[in-house]
Amino acid sequence: MKRDTRITWINRLLLPLLNILTAFAVTAIVFWLIDVNPIEAAEVLLYGAFGYEEGIGYTIYYTTNFIFTGLAVAVAFHAGLFNIGGEGQAYVGGLGAGLAILFLDPTLGAWVFIPASIIGALLFGGLWALIPAYLQAYRGSHIVITTIMFNFLAASLMVYVMVHVLRETGQMTPQSELFPTNAWMPFVHDVAAGLGYSIEASPLNLSVLLALVCAVLVWFFLWQTRWGYAIRATGKNGTAAVYGGIKPKRIIIVVMCISGALAGLVSVNELVGYQHRLIMDFHLGYGFGGIAVALMGRNHPLGIIVAALLFGTLYQGGAELAFEMSGISRDIVVVMQGLVILFCGALEYMYRPWLIRNLAPVKQQEAPAGVTA
Amino acid sequence: MKLNKITMAIAAGAVALTATVAQAAVNPAVVYDKAGKFDKSFNEAVYNGVKRFTADTGISVREVEPTNEAQVEQGLKKLAKRGNSPIVAVGFAQANAVSAAAQAYPDTKFTLIDMVVPEANVQNVVFKEHEGSFLVGALAAMKSETGTIGFVGGMDIPLISRFGCGYEQGAKHINANIKVIHNMTGSTPAAFGNPSKGGELTRSQIEAGADVIFAAAGGTGFGVYQAAADAGKWAIGVDSNQNHLQPGTMLTSMVKRVGEAAYKSYETANNGTWTAGVSVMGLAEGGVDWALDEHNRALVTASMESDVNAIKASIIAGDISVHDYMSDNTCNY
Repeated sequence: MKRDTRITWINRLLLPLLNILTAFAVTAIVFWLIDVNPIEAAEVLLYGAFGYEEGIGYTIYYTTNFIFTGLAVAVAFHAGLFNIGGEGQAYVGGLGAGLAILFLDPTLGAWVFIPASIIGALLFGGLWALIPAYLQAYRGSHIVITTIMFNFLAASLMVYVMVHVLRETGQMTPQSELFPTNAWMPFVHDVAAGLGYSIEASPLNLSVLLALVCAVLVWFFLWQTRWGYAIRATGKNGTAAVYGGIKPKRIIIVVMCISGALAGLVSVNELVGYQHRLIMDFHLGYGFGGIAVALMGRNHPLGIIVAALLFGTLYQGGAELAFEMSGISRDIVVVMQGLVILFCGALEYMYRPWLIRNLAPVKQQEAPAGVTA
Repeated sequence: MKLNKITMAIAAGAVALTATVAQAAVNPAVVYDKAGKFDKSFNEAVYNGVKRFTADTGISVREVEPTNEAQVEQGLKKLAKRGNSPIVAVGFAQANAVSAAAQAYPDTKFTLIDMVVPEANVQNVVFKEHEGSFLVGALAAMKSETGTIGFVGGMDIPLISRFGCGYEQGAKHINANIKVIHNMTGSTPAAFGNPSKGGELTRSQIEAGADVIFAAAGGTGFGVYQAAADAGKWAIGVDSNQNHLQPGTMLTSMVKRVGEAAYKSYETANNGTWTAGVSVMGLAEGGVDWALDEHNRALVTASMESDVNAIKASIIAGDISVHDYMSDNTCNY
């Protein structure tokens, strides 16, 4: 028993921590090679992300996106499905949110618009994942291939809709008209001002609460309901699940729709919360970032929130770094994020054998002969 | 020896002093388009203007290269908050962000390139791309042996059609029967960064008989110039002087002096003559032009050169009027 808990802690805490530290160490070497003082860079990054109210606002704003996509990837992952279509699902989710707002009577109140836009995003994001799910469940196409192809289809669809249907007249940029102010997700600084607190303006809006609610709901759904049990059973061993009376095809459909719907919510934060109009490419990077977030967060909502915060910090702190330090271009920031993904995603288990050998060695008497795993 | 060092130190001190004094007057900044400052075309032209201003005055310019939509407005507002002014915003895609930032910081000077937003503290610089395109169109028609020339646009928007329409008028001015093939690369901003599609369009235009191809397509142009060079045909560059990219087959470049716009914005702010409003830069103002240098000297004969310059003089004098596509969104001239 004792050995089990030690391995759990190695997996859940020590390993991600070591991976991140390695990524930061390599980043520091890269900075040192290009004549940037790594300590100064770290200070600028942390100050940019957490040093002042506006910076914190941006950090949490980016974090919100990563929570949505991280949860989306994790839910699918628990059923053994690798949904790499978060980009496309988020993008098409934006169409759902935008259409819900643009086609409603602009005089309606926020209590109609905001739920409508959320439902629109959930519905469109979920439906965009339904087709690959159906193809996987009933036609045997691999979900990895179909979801990534659906990212391109989503991009093409959005180009058509933005350029030919929703483009605001007189604008060169393909963008829809501004949403009516009633349809804007309230900014946190506005809400705070209403409560008598004054904080700096930032894009941070109430979508962050939606993200946290989603995290709780995902936890409840996966670990406290019969459906969640069925999903996890399918992911662990599909054949055994069938033996237990679970229908994997149905699970695939349900899980992918939930996954797509969660990814679609990125648009609530980006469009309903900040841009207030339907724009092109608002989703770029968040869908793929969500994969790294889910991996790093061990597919658990709590871990995902922490990992999403790390990515939010890198996004905002990285932007600040490129802004403040002339030696750092925006491409170096991408390198830095890439290193984190490399060590936390691709080389996830690099330290694991070494850690287990040294911290939780297998004792002979604990594993007597004849007992197999 | 020692005296020399001391004088040098004093001189250096004096330079440093004037630099700080100058910096107090103006604290300029620039926010590039999402394509980044080294796109060898539109953004890089601005970057060159920025570099020249720093070289001429010793005043450093703070640069921001946004990677996503949120960072455009964030960058503009952060610069304004830090007291940077004037702030040059590069490209029509920043219009919304400039509008928001200008309202939030009414005392900051903004210069928006290629688009107009009606704010009291925004200087809008737009160009008469049709006039410059007319010149290179005329040159293309003089050079063409097949009687067919091509135009490859980037994103399908009125701004780019303005290049194409001016080009066609210039060509018809020389040869009323010339055939001009128009193609657009795409309908989103990604169309400014798609060299492989640019190459494909160029090859198909060459197959249809075109032997001079004008690209008004940002980074997509690389594919156009390469395809033209591969086929031994001529190409015309845009925004920056791109003659050096494929020396020997680049007939000329339609230079759009966006760098000059940035430079002027900083310079006028520095000497106190900066004004908000709309400024239109055409041939007369030196905002657009055609490029002749050592890389295309051999391709342009003396008579071609004098003819193009004569046309240029006529346009400036008002004897030739070039139809602006954006005035009525049609190319009926």
